Amino acid sequence: MKNVYIHILVMAVVTYLVRVIPLIFFHGGIRSAFFRSFLHYVPYVTLSVMTFPAIITASGSYVCGVIGFAVAVIVSLVKGSLPLVAACCCLTVYISSLFI
Amino acid sequence: MGTGLSSYTRGIRDGLPIAIGYFAVSFSLGILMRNSGLDPLQGLVMSLVNNTSAGEAAAVGIIADGGSYLEMAINQAVINIRYFLMSAALCVHLDPGLSLGRRMLVGFDVTDEIFATLIGQKQPVSEYFAYGLASITIPGWAAGTVLGIVFGDILPADIVSALSVALYAMFIAVVIPPARKDGRILAIVLVSMLGSWLFTLEPIASYISEGVKIIILTLVISALAAVIWPLKEDEE
Repeated sequence: MKNVYIHILVMAVVTYLVRVIPLIFFHGGIRSAFFRSFLHYVPYVTLSVMTFPAIITASGSYVCGVIGFAVAVIVSLVKGSLPLVAACCCLTVYISSLFI
Repeated sequence: MGTGLSSYTRGIRDGLPIAIGYFAVSFSLGILMRNSGLDPLQGLVMSLVNNTSAGEAAAVGIIADGGSYLEMAINQAVINIRYFLMSAALCVHLDPGLSLGRRMLVGFDVTDEIFATLIGQKQPVSEYFAYGLASITIPGWAAGTVLGIVFGDILPADIVSALSVALYAMFIAVVIPPARKDGRILAIVLVSMLGSWLFTLEPIASYISEGVKIIILTLVISALAAVIWPLKEDEE
C-alpha cells in the first residue's frame, strides 16, 4: 500500500485547485454553454457510477444488497431525506441478513 | 469588525443544521474507510483537508486498490469538477473588492451545501459569513468521519455490514428525486449505472480500476449529455 498521507496530500491539492481557480481567475462566471451543461450533469453520473453496483456488494451479501438498493430507490421516490433513506436501507439490509 | 463578527456568528448558526447532516454522511463514509483499512487519524486528516463526500469515498477505494498518485489526482479532479462550476458562480456573489488572499480562503470550503447557502444570501456575501459556515461544518464533517471509523471497529460485524450501504443510499437519495422530475437526469442515471456495472465484468474489470472507471464514465457520459441536451440560459 502506498503512503496514505501522500494520497491525502494529492487529493487535497487537486481538490483545492478545482475550488480556487475560478475564484482567482473568473470574475464573470463560465460562458461556454457546453462546459456549463457538462458540469451540470457530472454529479449525477459520478454518484450513479459510484453507487451501482457497489451498493449491491458492499454488505457482503448480494441478496441483501439488492433488497437494500430497491428500498433506497423506493424511499427516495416516495420522498425521503438523506438520513431517512440511509436508515431504511441499512435497516432492511440488517433485517434481511438475519434471514439469509 | 462589528459586522464581521455578527456575520461570522450568523454563519455558525446557519451552518449548524448543515454540520449535523454532514455528521451523518461522514459517519457512513467513516464505516467505508474502516472497511478499507484506514485508521482514525488518516480519516481525520483526509476529512479536514478535503470536505467532499464523493471525492473521499472514491479516494478510499483507490487507496485500498493500491492505485497510483496520478490516478488519484485525475480521479479527484474529475469527481470534484462540479466545485469548479460552483466557485465560478460564487465569484459573482462575493464582494468584487475582496482581495486575492481572502478569495483563496473562501475557496477552501466550497461544497454543495455551503455553495447553496452562500448564493442564497444577499449580495455581496460577507466573507465572514462563509468563514462561520466553515468553522462549524468542517469539524462536524471531520468528527463524523473519525467516529465512523472508531465505531466500525467496535460494533458487531453484521451491523457494520449493514451500515456499509449507508453512504450509497444517501447518494441514491441525491440522484433519484431530480431523476423523477427530469427525464434527462433519469436517462443519465440509468446509463451511468449500466455502464458502471459493465465495467465490473471480466475481462474489463482486470484492466480498469474503480478510480479509472469513474474518470472514464464521468467524462464520456457527461460530455454526451451536454451535447445532446445543452442547458438553456435559465437552467442550472
